[in-house]
Amino acid sequence: MAYTFSFPEEVLEHVFSFIESEKDRNAISLVCKSWYEIERWCRRRVFVGNCYAVSPMMVIKRFPEVRSIALKGKPHFADFNLVPEGWGGYVCPWIAAMACAFPWLEEIRLKRMVITDESLELIAKSFKNFKVLVLTSCEGFTTDGLAAIAANCRFASFIFLISQVLNLLDFNFVFELVLNKGHKFESKLCLCLVNLRELDLQESEVEDLSGHWLSHFPDSYTSLVSLNISCLGNEVSLSSLERLLGRCPNLQTLRLNRAVPLDRLPNLLRRCPQLVELGTGVYSTEMRPEVFSNLEAAFSGCKQLKSLSGFWDVLPSYLPAVYPICSRLTSLNLSYAIVQSSDLIKLISQCPSLLRLWVLDYIEDAGLYALAASCKDLRELRVFPSDPFGLEPNVALTEQGLVSVSEGCPKLQSVLYFCRQMSNAALNTIARNRPNLTRFRLCIIEPRTPDYITLEPLDSGFGAIVEHCKDLQRLSLSGLLTDRVFEYIGTYGKKLEMLSVAFAGDSDLGLHHVLSGCDNLRKLEIRDCPFGDKALLANAAKLETMRSLWMSSCSVSYGACKLLGQKMPRLNVEVIDERGPPDSRPESCPVEKLYIYRTIAGPRLDMPGFVWTMEDDSSLGLE
Amino acid sequence: MWQRNHKSSEERKLELRLGPPGEESPNESIKKCNRERNESSLTLGYFSTQKISSSDKPGPGGAMLPSAWPSTSYHQHQPKAKASFLQLQSCPKNMIVMGKDVPQLCCVENKTFSPSSANTAVSKRTASGPVVGWPPIRSFRKNIASGSTSKLPSGSHQHQHVVKDKVAGKNSGKGLFVKINMDGVPIGRKVDINAYDSYEKLSSAVDELFRGLLVELNLSHVGSSSCYSGQRDSCAGGNQNKEEEKKANTGLLVGSGEYTLVYEDNEGDRMLVGDVPWHMFVSTVKRVRVLKRSDLPAFTHSSKQN
Repeated sequence: MAYTFSFPEEVLEHVFSFIESEKDRNAISLVCKSWYEIERWCRRRVFVGNCYAVSPMMVIKRFPEVRSIALKGKPHFADFNLVPEGWGGYVCPWIAAMACAFPWLEEIRLKRMVITDESLELIAKSFKNFKVLVLTSCEGFTTDGLAAIAANCRFASFIFLISQVLNLLDFNFVFELVLNKGHKFESKLCLCLVNLRELDLQESEVEDLSGHWLSHFPDSYTSLVSLNISCLGNEVSLSSLERLLGRCPNLQTLRLNRAVPLDRLPNLLRRCPQLVELGTGVYSTEMRPEVFSNLEAAFSGCKQLKSLSGFWDVLPSYLPAVYPICSRLTSLNLSYAIVQSSDLIKLISQCPSLLRLWVLDYIEDAGLYALAASCKDLRELRVFPSDPFGLEPNVALTEQGLVSVSEGCPKLQSVLYFCRQMSNAALNTIARNRPNLTRFRLCIIEPRTPDYITLEPLDSGFGAIVEHCKDLQRLSLSGLLTDRVFEYIGTYGKKLEMLSVAFAGDSDLGLHHVLSGCDNLRKLEIRDCPFGDKALLANAAKLETMRSLWMSSCSVSYGACKLLGQKMPRLNVEVIDERGPPDSRPESCPVEKLYIYRTIAGPRLDMPGFVWTMEDDSSLGLE
Repeated sequence: MWQRNHKSSEERKLELRLGPPGEESPNESIKKCNRERNESSLTLGYFSTQKISSSDKPGPGGAMLPSAWPSTSYHQHQPKAKASFLQLQSCPKNMIVMGKDVPQLCCVENKTFSPSSANTAVSKRTASGPVVGWPPIRSFRKNIASGSTSKLPSGSHQHQHVVKDKVAGKNSGKGLFVKINMDGVPIGRKVDINAYDSYEKLSSAVDELFRGLLVELNLSHVGSSSCYSGQRDSCAGGNQNKEEEKKANTGLLVGSGEYTLVYEDNEGDRMLVGDVPWHMFVSTVKRVRVLKRSDLPAFTHSSKQN
């Protein structure tokens, strides 16, 4: 029995304010028109998984009071250089639009996007309350742009003023002007205290124009919570860094870059003993007892430290300096550390609270066995290849290591594993041991490697994974695989959201199984598989339910792309082909790369010369 | 806007749909769709070389060796026979009814088509050649073992390994020598697949290899030197001069001659040479065989239908 009652909007809004998750918010907005309206006015966080799926104006129009935005640009395979330079993912139009529309914007998080110094400067001057900037795997900016952020978020008003008054063009000069202590602007500078809490350059490529950008954090600036500069190549001024650390009592995360020498680390640590996450610089120096004891004492002084990373160029005799804090460690990233298995075992055996381990394959099967014995709370394991292009195995790491961990670590959920051999039997065992896996990414280094015992394809092994791990969200395949594995995936992978496929399958049937079977599929990325037009065209409607599909070095013809583009106006079908216009080749010619994504913003306008979008010409009344 | 529920019957026809075998309408619509597509602006090409002409191109049919995987070959014949590497598909119950006319490769003048130059490097990988973006690790993880202390561009590290094992040839990878045997010839040969970049070149190389041998055999056993059909006893009757000339020009291989090139792939299956893109052939071929066409009954079957 339906009844209506009026509920004051404020009450609803208050209730909604407890709902943070995007998915839940989206669900709320679908209940009825009034809920849609109330919800959209009080949504503070927006996540745009594909920056081309929607236009800035659409977001602004729907959510006028956004305080935090996250945007993703390039497809995931851009991480492996499969997306040519200049493809896109420019954040500039977003910053420009938000600069006008969201004056109270506090947080911007970008992943795989191109952001210029100009955009950074625009951020610095447009958002009065700006707090958090996270750039993950981004590019296009220099430390000049960072300096703009570091200096002052309200800087622009000064610049604007000064520019008007003095008509200055040199930004750096203005920098010095305003930062100069004796300057008449100092008082204003103090008022506009930078609230910037987090400056995090995770794995971004930053052109290091000047090592002094750190010093552009004004002396009055004390609110830094997180600083991650591990991707910077140049040395930074250690004295500036020490001063900065010393005056920021809320600093929790500090990730240094390789250039920071080990013997300076104790001084830095002493300035911020409240650290929770630390990334060291280079982890070796002359072996001197006083350096060691200094280091050990500094580590011991960090009572909150839970996460360690860095460890470039490890000198193993310095590893015991961290032993005092090992029992508290929950996260250990040794993926740059060239350390032998025996030393790793000694370290890991002292970390019973470990939740997350990233390590090179130097750990070997023996080390993974020790991990399984010591770290019963482990949730996530990533084993990276130390010699990915070598022909022969350089370490004694096989499928057995992963099997051991699957046996010994009951809470293991997330796996990324590079190895050189695998068997269906091992995969079967892993699947049965760990039905709680949610992320399983296996990379057997040589493409199309069969089960090394039976020489059969690894179909049944991966089949066991999807069958037993009912909550599997993410899967990456490798090894010799036929269409059969895709049949398993389509049948059992009902919760699968992201699938990565390379050098696998025999025919379109494989792709068809996945597209027709995986109900929750959002992202599908495929390279070097014999998938052509049939499955794609037969499952065209499915593509609108997904975020994106990437296919490279497959067999999708230009003609099929055109057809898809014509028939599906809510998809952008983009052909990436560096050989020149697809029109210059027969329609049956396969395209090099294909990126299809759903969008309500229509075709994008910023494509480079090697990207063609397949036009929707439903207006032409085709056929 | 093309909405699912408001399609015109024409649009429905053009839409490829699926259904379990036995359901008439999806199959019919797919057949119709394929025919219409053949006639529409979507040109479905076919892989052809001078030697391997698609009109003679048979399906692999019953000559297939049984394998562990249910690779019952299945294909639906279209008015125009098209070569396709969908010839062999595993056939579980809910198979798509698919035609052969998959546009896999285009013919580009005299060039051998490969999906892209990048792909040639990518997919023509032998045990050692570097492949773009593989293994899938980020650039900053690529140089760890080499002990480099600065961020080298990833390419330089790859080049080190490339130089390590070979040749600055156009093909990445060391020589890929496979055995090639011919019916009626007791001694086999070995051919370096990597020395060629197209089926045409391979064909003519195989032709060269065996022609000489056959000539010798013919001379020694039969005494007839002009017949390249390779039959030990004698040339097949009638259409001699034209045929011989043709064969002399195009070699004794598929399409124009009495012989067919087949190969055994990495799964142990016998496959017809020419179905798949060259780079895929290179990466899966294990050995090659030159068969008499009369040894393959399925060929005659489909040639009837053509």
